[in-house]
Amino acid sequence: MNTLLEVTDLRTRFHTPEGTIFAVNGVSFTLHEAETLAVVGESGCGKSVTMMSLLGLIPIPPGEIVSGKALYHGKDLLHLSENELEHIRGKEIAMIFQDPMTSLNPVLTIHRQITESLRTHMGMDATKATQQAVHLLDLVGIPDAARRLNEYPHQFSGGMRQRVMIAMALACMPGLLIADEPTTALDVTIQAQIIELAMRMREQLGMAMIWITHDLGVVAGLAERVIVMYAGYIVEEARVDDLYEDPRHPYTLALLAALPRADRRRGQRLKSIPGAPPNLLVESKGCPFAPRCELVAEQCWAANPALRSVATDHRTACWFDVKGMQL
Amino acid sequence: MNQPVLQTNSQMPTESDAPDHSAPLVQVNDLKKHFPVTRGLLIQRVTGLVRAVDGISFTIQRGETLGLVGESGCGKTTAGRAILGLYKPTSGCASVAGLDLQAASGDQQMLFRRKAQMIFQDPYASLNPRWTVNAIVSEPLRVHHLFKTEQERSERVNELLELVGLNAHHINRFPHEFSGGQRQRIGVARALASDPLFIVCDEPISALDVSIQAQVVNLLEDLQDHLGLTYLFIAHDLSMVRHICDRVAVMYLGLIVEMADRDELYENPLHPYSQALLSAVPIPDPKKNRARQRIILEGDVPSPLNPPSGCRFHTRCPIAKEICSQAEPALRALRPGHFVACHFAEQYL
Repeated sequence: MNTLLEVTDLRTRFHTPEGTIFAVNGVSFTLHEAETLAVVGESGCGKSVTMMSLLGLIPIPPGEIVSGKALYHGKDLLHLSENELEHIRGKEIAMIFQDPMTSLNPVLTIHRQITESLRTHMGMDATKATQQAVHLLDLVGIPDAARRLNEYPHQFSGGMRQRVMIAMALACMPGLLIADEPTTALDVTIQAQIIELAMRMREQLGMAMIWITHDLGVVAGLAERVIVMYAGYIVEEARVDDLYEDPRHPYTLALLAALPRADRRRGQRLKSIPGAPPNLLVESKGCPFAPRCELVAEQCWAANPALRSVATDHRTACWFDVKGMQL
Repeated sequence: MNQPVLQTNSQMPTESDAPDHSAPLVQVNDLKKHFPVTRGLLIQRVTGLVRAVDGISFTIQRGETLGLVGESGCGKTTAGRAILGLYKPTSGCASVAGLDLQAASGDQQMLFRRKAQMIFQDPYASLNPRWTVNAIVSEPLRVHHLFKTEQERSERVNELLELVGLNAHHINRFPHEFSGGQRQRIGVARALASDPLFIVCDEPISALDVSIQAQVVNLLEDLQDHLGLTYLFIAHDLSMVRHICDRVAVMYLGLIVEMADRDELYENPLHPYSQALLSAVPIPDPKKNRARQRIILEGDVPSPLNPPSGCRFHTRCPIAKEICSQAEPALRALRPGHFVACHFAEQYL
């Protein structure tokens, strides 16, 4: 498989009146062509900031990209001019967000919003763009597409709005689709519709996909490879089956143990992770998960373990081997 | 854990001399809540009715947890609020420990409000940002005159904070100084302050991170064990509902379409809507996910302003026949304790 995107040592910080927030602290990963990668973590773990840094969507200031390289088709996304980025965003790399209501312009019709990228990026004329827009809405399963094209975002339900977002994202046939918690605001039956749609589109268009989520259940249903983030670090990376069957980081183990299961009879009480997610105003010297980890030892406070390979395509950042452990 | 002070007050003073402990604590009978849709600024005309809750009935035993699940707009939150009298029901009644809020006198209404409490979804919006934790947690004590001396009050607040796992030293802090999980603990402490028998938990964990959700759920379970609480647990997270509830009711467009014991419902759902809902729940197991058959429903939930005729689910139902658009199916028991409202549910038995 060819590499589509290669990110090395990405560091993003925010300078706020309260101090510097260490949001992303040296993230490196690769994405292959036509691959589905999931990035999992709790709020504030840096999963969205990572992706927004790549697309130049971080406001600078207060943000600052301290270091890093992100090669996409040989071009370093982090060092492109705003003009060059404009050609990539929306055309080669598209992004959909959690809340479709705030990402759609409420005073413009859907027609205007979809045809905009078709006309700027693909150079279509008005008639052709309209035809293509109808086709796209059809593709994402919006009934009566020609009529609905002239409606405004508030006239669509949450699930339908997310379909519109996907149609807009797919308008220019991107090579990579980044989806930032696109189903979090939706009900489970609608979530299932959207996931099914995204998978079908990915297959038809042969694009790669990065799916950002906090829901380990959703990840199990769609990803090929998974990255687990905590406090701005990647703590584990594995193929999806390996991550669930053979987790190698105490945080992943704890997260899986904290999940109730709809497919099993109730066992013991849930295993909760003590404490709260970390304060990102302090750059942690040791392992960021140490204050909440059951296996914590002296060396965990002294130094942060680097990602190391523990099996084929399986990396973890822990001083210990937690293989087969039950927390 | 010993909670001596909390136990002293937990006998429910009712009008009858000896409270009947075998009767269900909570009884809801054909409860309806309709919201009028009006037009006009000065002369308001009613142009429609949103039938948010359209006739639901159930009981909850002492110490039991009933889960109320369904998609957004199905009326589960409205139902919880109407039971507690936060909305005045359009018709029907709900009683807790024999007290009916609509029929009761002023004193009895106060008693009802003391014994039936609520934990809200959003731990950010449900706490007054200008009040300290002390003021928030002691408000129910003040309203219900539950202390004689200032010392008694502050002891009780300290005890409540400890009970929910908060540091009593933080008593003079404001809500913004706490994390989401800690705020939800403050909300729980406030609900417990008036020594309730019944608590409506309206999506108490959906705003929290996964690692924090487990903490709050375990807290709710511990409190139930120690204090003998009865819960109505309103949620859309079906995995968590299976974990925490004893019985589960599934709502669709203002009606209960299926109700059964937890494992019976999750293992043998008889209503096509419950089946679709359960098949859409993400399961954190990739192999199982690939193997299972999903029922993907077409379209969205119809508007409760103008619900479909007959069975309200017939517009999205994979097994709908002609009769479904004409006759509304009644909720009937197909197995002991397993109720379902579908004309054709027998085929799944």
